[in-house]
Amino acid sequence: MTSLINQTAAALAGLLADGSVSSVDVTRAHLDHIDAVEPDVHAFLHVARDAALATAARVDARRAAGEKLGPLAGVPIAIKDVLATHDMPTTSGSKILQGWIPPYDATVVRRIRDADLIPLGKTNMDEFAMGSSTEHSAYGPTHNPWDLDRIPGGSGGGSAAAVAAFEAPLALGSDTGGSIRQPAAVTGSVGVKPTYGGVSRYGAIALASSLDQVGPVTRTVLDAALLHDVIGGHDPLDSTSLTDAWPSMAAAAQAGLADGALKGVRIGVIKELNGAGFQAGVKQRFEETLALLSAAGAIVSEVSAPNFEYAVSAYYLILPAEASSNLARFDSVRFGIRVNPEDGPLTSERVMAATRDAGFGDEVKRRIILGTYALSAGYYDAYYGSAQKVRTLIQRDFAAAFDKVDLLVSPTAPTTAFKFGEKTEDPMAMYLNDITTIPANLAGIPGMSLPMGLAPEDGLPVGLQVMAPARADARLYTFGAAVEQLLEAHWGHTLLSQAPALANIEMFATEGGAV
Amino acid sequence: MAKAELMDYDKALELFEPVLGFEVHVELNTKTKMFCGCANEFGSGANTNTCPTCLGLPGGLPQVNRQAIESSIRLGLALGCEIAETSRFARKNYFYPDTAKNFQTSQYDEPIAFNGQLTIELESGRQVTVDIERAHMEDDAGKLTHMGGAAGRIQGADYSLVDYNRGGVPLVEIVTQMIEGGEADSPEIGKTYVAAIREIVKALGVSNARMEEGNVRCDANVSLRPRGSNILGTRTETKNVNSLRSVERAVRYEIQRQAALLTAGGTITQETRHWHEDTGVTSAGRPKSDADDYRYFPEPDLVPVAPSRAWVEELRATLPEPPAARRKRLQADWGFVNLEFQDVVNSDLLDVLEATIAAGAPAQSARKWWTGEIARLANAAGVTAESLVTPAQVAALIELITDGTLTDRLARQVLEGVIAGEGTPSEVVASRGLAVVSDDGPLIAAIDEALAGQPDVLAKIRDGKVQAAGAVIGAVMKAMRGQADAARVRELVLERAGSAPVESAPSESVE
Repeated sequence: MTSLINQTAAALAGLLADGSVSSVDVTRAHLDHIDAVEPDVHAFLHVARDAALATAARVDARRAAGEKLGPLAGVPIAIKDVLATHDMPTTSGSKILQGWIPPYDATVVRRIRDADLIPLGKTNMDEFAMGSSTEHSAYGPTHNPWDLDRIPGGSGGGSAAAVAAFEAPLALGSDTGGSIRQPAAVTGSVGVKPTYGGVSRYGAIALASSLDQVGPVTRTVLDAALLHDVIGGHDPLDSTSLTDAWPSMAAAAQAGLADGALKGVRIGVIKELNGAGFQAGVKQRFEETLALLSAAGAIVSEVSAPNFEYAVSAYYLILPAEASSNLARFDSVRFGIRVNPEDGPLTSERVMAATRDAGFGDEVKRRIILGTYALSAGYYDAYYGSAQKVRTLIQRDFAAAFDKVDLLVSPTAPTTAFKFGEKTEDPMAMYLNDITTIPANLAGIPGMSLPMGLAPEDGLPVGLQVMAPARADARLYTFGAAVEQLLEAHWGHTLLSQAPALANIEMFATEGGAV
Repeated sequence: MAKAELMDYDKALELFEPVLGFEVHVELNTKTKMFCGCANEFGSGANTNTCPTCLGLPGGLPQVNRQAIESSIRLGLALGCEIAETSRFARKNYFYPDTAKNFQTSQYDEPIAFNGQLTIELESGRQVTVDIERAHMEDDAGKLTHMGGAAGRIQGADYSLVDYNRGGVPLVEIVTQMIEGGEADSPEIGKTYVAAIREIVKALGVSNARMEEGNVRCDANVSLRPRGSNILGTRTETKNVNSLRSVERAVRYEIQRQAALLTAGGTITQETRHWHEDTGVTSAGRPKSDADDYRYFPEPDLVPVAPSRAWVEELRATLPEPPAARRKRLQADWGFVNLEFQDVVNSDLLDVLEATIAAGAPAQSARKWWTGEIARLANAAGVTAESLVTPAQVAALIELITDGTLTDRLARQVLEGVIAGEGTPSEVVASRGLAVVSDDGPLIAAIDEALAGQPDVLAKIRDGKVQAAGAVIGAVMKAMRGQADAARVRELVLERAGSAPVESAPSESVE
């Protein structure tokens, strides 16, 4: 059944709908593949084999009984461990939540269950989504399927690696400063950060409330759109959730496949996200993609976003500030591990301190300290207050740019996947890796990353980031699907078909030439 | 508790000017909590009214309770406040096990209501206007119970239990400006101010306003300024003073304690203090400095609250008559003297009295019954007077007295029947057969029988000793089991004495 794992979610949905395959077969194929590659990849923190097969069997039975099911019914999905699941441990990659099973489902999890998708398990991530490499997971890093010595990006490296390694056709991620898009870029997959408020955050363990957004992680733009349609839309449990009536993202993606979909589309290249510090192969693939877009009738121009240079600084004040408060609840009183101090009296304050000392990793502690400092009396205006002003300036930069163009593009990340340990000793270098993705979070606008080739110097995937105005997520999907089609036609194959076979696995025949 | 040195109160006031400030927390009586759909209910099983949001579980998010916003706006309006066009929640960050999220969702620089005024009247008639700085919304903490150790105190406890049912209950915190010039009246100002707040929230119907259940809690700030100085003294904040009398006592105590300490060359520590109802003293809590850093920042999980002006005006139109004005009006309408009226107010019977009078009862009778017999029965049963009978029932009872169906004594029996659930006063009269006997026949028979036992009475009456009739009336009332109109019996006895002499009857043998 190996062929089943190579299918897109859309294709699997078709096979399931016409009865060619059962959900149990599809689910088992993925579970078997998970068993085979996990020792190398470690994308999952928890695999719910029995529950997944049981759910698949129920969906098959209902389909057999003639029940009308949703478009993705029976298709397996992996869930980032940041999302609360009532039947699986939810740790957010942290030791402090080891073994914790929430009494409830996140809204997005409830929605995928209601749509009859099959949860396969929970995927690895940097602890509390703090990081760009999954090296900060308390449960060990995830390995990039393209090169097991390299990072899969972060924080959602688990979800990205899971889809890139064909362990799941779909995954859920969360993106606070690039945690969906950057892993997608470095693993050759597709990831979308929706408009802030477009997808419910209820049940997503908060990192930075004003920046976090849940979104799809897939191998194709259409699959991402199909998943977006399932998880998106207003949720009264999230007060920041938009009440808009959203168009079908899947229909928007389909529209992108039409001839001439790129004709006349105004594309802005952000000057500030295309200069020094970008790897040569990344820049090369980006230029080539722009050339292809122009050839396809898109109007490519350069736009400036002068305040982006302050984005990383502002982000690393706002994020730690909100995180320091969001993470205060991890105190051992109601859930999670409890650690008593080794000596001295057992007061609640001392137990909280001992638990947090033992339960949080260094990066989490670093950011809590940063955030606590930034919010302190006397520093608030200089740090948090100024950062919020930068945020407003960045929003204005975007507004000005979107006056001139329909979409903005940049490389998703300055570099391809780096090696383990390369940046763990240098937090600033790690932080700067997010320079391209952070502005979209600060402005609340939607962003997508899709593959645009392999860097010639290292043969590793390079991602194209596309950004649209707030609420114009559909525009991203139309354009993304068109670009994906354009590039694949140019290459003659999908990017992920070029990924090396993982140890002992005969995945599929490699075909086609160099990308 | 070691008793601190206290200075004589008058002496303290000679040397210092008290400066006050109050923070009153009002628990709103909304159906659900401030930021989630859990029941806002007192007395449920521990941790039964909880959900991921109010338990502060990972992933929980707040949703604002519209009713709580409405109540807060109405309260703000009743305190003469301006209502913010846009108001924001903020996180107040501090670690404590009863605070599930380890931050309180409160308001900081953008409260829902601000710049109000409340004029209170002291017993002397002195009017004091208290400036209200702000009234802001926030969520309540859970409740800690310390197990083991002494008297439920945290010191020496073996462990503590947390009940998060109260966690997330909506509160409005009303903060006054500094109150200066209170002088010797300062303790009474504290008591009267809190009483006025309590009365307002009750009249608005936004809180159950039971201080004993913590619906209204007062933190009292007291500092002393040496006479002739314009520098404010260091303040203490006595927390959770939970009765009106305690507010008065705690303020007085702090004035006397601080005065003694300052005069002895000591300094006041800026701190919270605990009020001990039993011993009547305050004790040191935790140090509290102005530099206390709660790292407030706008709550990113909530959008600003921006009540439309139209809505605010709609709510303004629902405000009841201010309690102080209402009291003035009712006292005048009812013609009660101060003492009578205070009795009603202090017994918390204003509403039922008004309803009883509205149902047709004369004001004095209504007052007499509610503050008398009904209050006595309620007191004995340990319940509130209004939980025993309705104003309509009391009005009906009074009506039966007025029309002569019942005497006061019979009416008391009818009241017992009504309280016992036997029906309306008329139904109880019928079922218990308690009506006054208005037919003269049985009365005359009873009189004759009584006169037979006291043969000299008629003669005494004829001799002008009319009071001798009392003995016969008493005997008749007793024989009639109270179901006679004593005035009518008297008339009949006197009639009898005036008309015919009576032969002495054979005396009954007495064992």
